Amino acid sequence: MDKKESIDLYREMVIIRRLEERAAELYQQGKIGGFLHLYIGQEAVSAGISSVRQPQDRLITAYRDHGWAISAGIDPNAVMAELLGKVDGCSKGKGGSMHMADTELNFWGGHAIVGAHIPLAAGLALGDVYQGNDDAVTICMFGDGSTNIGFFHEGLNLSKVWNLPVLWVCENNQYGMGTAVDRASAVSEIRQKAEGYGMPNERIEGMDVMEVRKEVSRVLEKIRKEGGPYLLEIMTYRYRGHSMGDPERYRDKDEVKKWEEEDPIGIYRKELIAGKIATAKELDAVDEEAMKIVDDAEAFAKASPNPDKSTLFEDIYVEPTPVEYRGYALERESEGR
Amino acid sequence: MTRMTMREAISKALWEEMERDERVFIQGEEVGLWGGTYAVTKGFYDHFGEKRVRDTPIAESAIVGSAIGAAMTGLRPVAELMTINFAFVAMDHIINEAAKLHYMFGGQFKLPLVIRAVSGGGRQLGATHSQTPDAIFAHFPGLKVVSPGTPADAKGLLKSAIRSDDPVLFIENATLYQTKGEVPDDEDYLEPLGKSKVQREGDDVTIVAYSKMVPAALKAADMLAGDGINAEVIDLRSLRPLDMDPIIASFKRTNRAVIAEEGWRSYGVGSEVSSRIYEMAFDYVDAPVKRVAQAEVPLPYNAELEQLALPQTEDIYHAAKEVLNG
Ligand SMILES: Cc1ncc(C[n+]2csc(CCOP(=O)(O)OP(=O)(O)O)c2C)c(N)n1
Repeated sequence: MDKKESIDLYREMVIIRRLEERAAELYQQGKIGGFLHLYIGQEAVSAGISSVRQPQDRLITAYRDHGWAISAGIDPNAVMAELLGKVDGCSKGKGGSMHMADTELNFWGGHAIVGAHIPLAAGLALGDVYQGNDDAVTICMFGDGSTNIGFFHEGLNLSKVWNLPVLWVCENNQYGMGTAVDRASAVSEIRQKAEGYGMPNERIEGMDVMEVRKEVSRVLEKIRKEGGPYLLEIMTYRYRGHSMGDPERYRDKDEVKKWEEEDPIGIYRKELIAGKIATAKELDAVDEEAMKIVDDAEAFAKASPNPDKSTLFEDIYVEPTPVEYRGYALERESEGR
Repeated sequence: MTRMTMREAISKALWEEMERDERVFIQGEEVGLWGGTYAVTKGFYDHFGEKRVRDTPIAESAIVGSAIGAAMTGLRPVAELMTINFAFVAMDHIINEAAKLHYMFGGQFKLPLVIRAVSGGGRQLGATHSQTPDAIFAHFPGLKVVSPGTPADAKGLLKSAIRSDDPVLFIENATLYQTKGEVPDDEDYLEPLGKSKVQREGDDVTIVAYSKMVPAALKAADMLAGDGINAEVIDLRSLRPLDMDPIIASFKRTNRAVIAEEGWRSYGVGSEVSSRIYEMAFDYVDAPVKRVAQAEVPLPYNAELEQLALPQTEDIYHAAKEVLNG
């Protein structure tokens, strides 16, 4: 990586962090509704993987997707607008926090049903193999908790039986909501589950973006060369609650503190300075730049309008299809009653 | 009687039944340490211990499937699905096992099982987390489907469900948890499963509702009263078995009906109830029965659009006026 790329990676992580902190504030103010699952603490994973993902590599993840959206290249403005449910959001305000995607960027979404996207990932890879896109790998992200649902096991097995080029990545942040891995999973290392499907697997650390980058790059190349699936377990930690309003009775403050000392942004910042790639002053300027980008995203999102009433019935199908029942109020309105 | 929220009434029913009967236990995601994602089982884990308040992995088919197996041995599990949207993951166990085993094996198996699930939209949770798919579960003979609209009914119906030897899907609505009402203190207060209930008497128009649409219908009835119209409000409480008696009795007096549900209109609860009205009381029909329901879209995240799609109190009010003028 040259200096510019190194600093871009830093900026990306800081934007994710600041944007999510802002989102938390906007949530408290009632500007964002529904569930808001923050990625804070896990930024090195999305940034590291995305820095080595090739344009032909498809990406799919769960509902904790803001970091992934930004790392995939979605404009922070469109991410923030989606959080506010506005028409300029990446899903036109219909998806919200949990459902961000941009197919042009080969990012196939955040998905809110735990594990449901895992078999989809096998299908994405099948699409590439079937159509002769030999160079493509599908990267499928999921949490530790998701590895206990049937979807995971069916998806992994299929990918091995059909020898599909999928990089399965468990972001092990050590809790599925309030349930620690040990209380829900029969094996404490998630990677062991791949053994049952004869699939190569490894566990790596996930707080140092350069390490994530290095390891994932190696594994992606291996899949490209040898084909077939591979499972990576990446150890990480979420600093905030599962979503907003989590009482966090299941872990103690000291544990969170310990992990906060390994802050992925702090680690990378130190590396950049120690490696003389950037000075503290330069990075401070990047921090400010990131803050400005987030300020702008907030202003953009606030200025963006709500989707028009008529859009309620758009995109139900691709083909224009009559809507039988528009809801009582709208029917009355359209019939001039 | 004590005034309490729907959440407290449900919690109380569970607590009392667990105190009364050792065989009753709870399992589901985050029911224990967390205290339930909607705080219904807050304090249960400390009091009853992990044997009887069982945190499960995120694995809905295992949650329901193992509850069925445990019920077959004579235990009385209450399996909690964090939301009804996740029931689709457990659909085979709900439909192919819970609803059928008793019949298919000639009555040998008893499944004294309750599945609790939270239904409904209106909280900006997006299309997969906001559904009111209650009607589809009521399609299958062999499963009882119950959904209370008041705190008192929540307590009495849940206790009956737990004491019933049949599998019962008990559907709660998240936006009703905070509603308050008088609830009997009696530990043996039971409401019968499969009985509709008149929640407000009136002679001009029959409004049929259940769950979240009950308070909405009662409010609409207040609005109608302001116009000098007396609406009768009937709460289904149970979608299967479906008790038409009070509805038909009412309709024979009012000759007009509105049916309100939060879910989609096509193939829905209103379709079933109105069809039965035509079958059972055709000669009494003075105006086409109206169905108030959700617009036929997957619910959007945006709050304005979401509310536009959901049925509102005003819709029930207007529909009632229309059947009266029609
Ligand atoms: C099928 C299903 N069951 C339950 C839920 C509710 N739920 C949402 S996130 C979550 C925990 C998932 O934990 P994990 O996979 O470890 O991901 P993390 O939240 O840690 O990123 C649960 C239980 C859901 N969305 N889908």
